[in-house]
Amino acid sequence: MELGVYSFGDVQKDPVTGKLGSTAQATRNLLEAIQLADQVGLDYFGIGEHHTYEMPASAATVVLGAAASTTKNIKLGSAVTVLSTDDPVRVYQQFATLDALSNGRAEITAGRGSSTESFPLFGHSLNDYDELYAEKLDLLLKINESESITWSGKFRPALNEALIVPRPENGSLPIWLATGGNPHSSVRAGLLGLPISYAIIGGQASRFAPLADLYRRAAAQANIPEAQIKVSVASPGFVGDDAAQAKERFWTHWHAVMESLGKIRGFAPPPRHHYDKEASGGGALFVGAPEEIAERIVTLHKSIGHMRQFLQMDVGQLPQKEFLRSIELLGTRVKPLVDAELGAARS
Amino acid sequence: MKAADVKTIGILGAGRVGTALARRAIAAGYDVKIATSRPPAEIGLLVEIMVPGARAETAEAVIAGSDVVVLALPLSKYRNLRPALFAGKIVVDAMNYWAPTDGVMSEFEGDRASSEIIQDYLTDALIVRSFNHMGYHEIEEEARAAGHPDRRALAVAGDDAQARRVVAAFIDHLGFDPVDAGELAASRSFVTGTPIFGASLDQAEMTRVLQGTYERAY
Ligand SMILES: NC(=O)c1ccc[n+]([C@@H]2O[C@H](COP(=O)([O-])OP(=O)(O)OC[C@H]3O[C@@H](n4cnc5c(N)ncnc54)[C@H](OP(=O)(O)O)[C@@H]3O)[C@@H](O)[C@H]2O)c1
Repeated sequence: MELGVYSFGDVQKDPVTGKLGSTAQATRNLLEAIQLADQVGLDYFGIGEHHTYEMPASAATVVLGAAASTTKNIKLGSAVTVLSTDDPVRVYQQFATLDALSNGRAEITAGRGSSTESFPLFGHSLNDYDELYAEKLDLLLKINESESITWSGKFRPALNEALIVPRPENGSLPIWLATGGNPHSSVRAGLLGLPISYAIIGGQASRFAPLADLYRRAAAQANIPEAQIKVSVASPGFVGDDAAQAKERFWTHWHAVMESLGKIRGFAPPPRHHYDKEASGGGALFVGAPEEIAERIVTLHKSIGHMRQFLQMDVGQLPQKEFLRSIELLGTRVKPLVDAELGAARS
Repeated sequence: MKAADVKTIGILGAGRVGTALARRAIAAGYDVKIATSRPPAEIGLLVEIMVPGARAETAEAVIAGSDVVVLALPLSKYRNLRPALFAGKIVVDAMNYWAPTDGVMSEFEGDRASSEIIQDYLTDALIVRSFNHMGYHEIEEEARAAGHPDRRALAVAGDDAQARRVVAAFIDHLGFDPVDAGELAASRSFVTGTPIFGASLDQAEMTRVLQGTYERAY
C-alpha cells in the first residue's frame, strides 16, 4: 500500500498572533512538506489546484518541479488538476516536464475539482461543465498516447500533427480520474482503463466499496489488463502523537473549513458529535494516533482494495509545525504498520 | 393514490442521490425502477452493482409503472423531462439549485424555490419537495426505525395535501420522521442557505424551525 499526502497549499495562521501568513510563505511551506514526505519514505504527494487566498496552490507543477530536484523517490502529482478550465496541451507539457525533471515520478489526476473559481478566472462558463470536462479529458488522453496529435473539438483550436513534448520517461504518464462518488464516473474510468482516485471526504468510507466494484467490473467488461486497474483514496486526515489531542486539534481546523465552506455553499456546518463519528471507526476522516490510523487504513483496504491512500492534513490554517509532524508520523509510524499488514508498495 | 397503495418507486437519476435512495427504498421493501437519460442497457451494470434488486428501464416506463416518481437528476437538466408523462403523478423533487454546478439559470435566481418552477413546468404533476436538504449518503447512514431517539426529520412541502401524506408515509417507511411544511412555497425554508439545509434535526426541532421561518417568510 502506498501512503501519501495532498494539499491545496493552505496558508497558515500564526498560533500566537492569529494572523494569516502570506501566500508566498504558504508556497514555500508546501515545498518543505513535500521534501519531508520524501525523506520519511512516503510514496505520493499531490497538490490540488485552487485559486483563493486561503488555498493559493494555483500552479502545482511549479512547486512540484522544485520538489523534483530535491526529492528522490516520492511520486509527484495533482489532487486534482481542474481539467475543465485548463488547456490539456499545456497541462500535459507541464507534467511531462515534471516527469523529465523527476526521472519519471510525475502523475496527473484529472477531475472536476470541488470549487469553481477557475471558471471565471480562465473565461469558461459553468453552463458548459460536462461538455468541457469530457472534451478536455479526451484530448489529454490522446496526447498521452502519441507525441504527434491531430485533433479537433469545440473549446480550443484544432491540432494538426502537432508535436507535444517533452515525452514522459516511461512512455506515458499515469492519468488518474478523480471522483467524489458519482457512479457514472466509476464506469467511465473502468471502460477507459484509467486508474481511479476516490475523494472520500465525509460519511462512512466503505460506502465506496460498491463503486470500486463497479469500476473493476466495467474494466473487466472492456477487457482492460489487470495491471491498469488501480484504486486510490484521498481523504482528510491528521496523525498526532496522542489520539485525543490529534482529534481535538484537527477538529478546530476542519470545523473552520466546514464553517467557511458552509457559508459559501449554504449548508449548516456539522456539529462535534458528527465529526467524532467520522473521525473514528469506518468514518472518512483519518484522524488519530499512528496505530489507529494504520488499522483504519488496513480495514478500508479490505473493502475497497485500494493501492494508495493519501491524506489532506493542512486544512483550515493548520500550523506548519503540526503539518510536518503529521507527515513524519505517517511515514515513520503509520507506514511500517500498514506495510506489515499489507506488504510494502511495489512500484 | 393512497399511502398504503404505494408499492413501486420510480427514480429518475442514477447518480449519488438516485442510487442511495433506490437502495434505501429496496431495503424498506419497495420495488424500484431507475432511468437516466441513457438507454437502459447502458446503465445495466451500474444498477446491477449499485442497486441490486432494482430495474433499469426507460424514463417513460419508469414514470408510467411507478406509484411515486423521484427526481434525482441535476436541476440543470429538468427541461429534458417530458411534462405529459407526469400527468397526475406524485413526484418527489429532491433537486437543488446550485449555480456553481448547475450554471446560472435565470428562472431559479429569484425568490421562488426551485420546486415551484418545476411544478410550473410539470403542470399536471403533484410535486412534493423533500430529501433535498440532506447529504446523499445520509439517506442510508441516518435511517432509523420509528421511535428511535436519533431519528432524523425530513421536511415535506407540496401543494396537494394527499400527495404530501403519501410522500410522508414513504419517508417514514424509509426511516425518517416526515414533517409537513405545507404548500410548495414553504420549501423556500429548506433550500440551500437556510438553517435546515444540511442540518440533522429531529422532528421537534424541524417543526420549530419550519414554524419560525414560515412566520418570518410570510
Ligand atoms: N449529492 C448530494 O448529496 C445531494 C443531496 C440532496 C440533493 N441533491 C440534488 O439531487 C440532484 C442529483 O444530485 P446527484 O448528486 O445525485 O447528481 P449526480 O450524481 O450527478 O447524478 C445525476 C443523475 O441524473 C441522471 N440524469 C441526467 N439527466 C437526466 C434525465 N433527463 N432524466 C433522468 N436522469 C437524468 C444522470 O445520468 P445520465 O448522465 O445517464 O443521464 C445521473 O445518473 C441534484 O439536483 C442535486 O442538487 C444532491
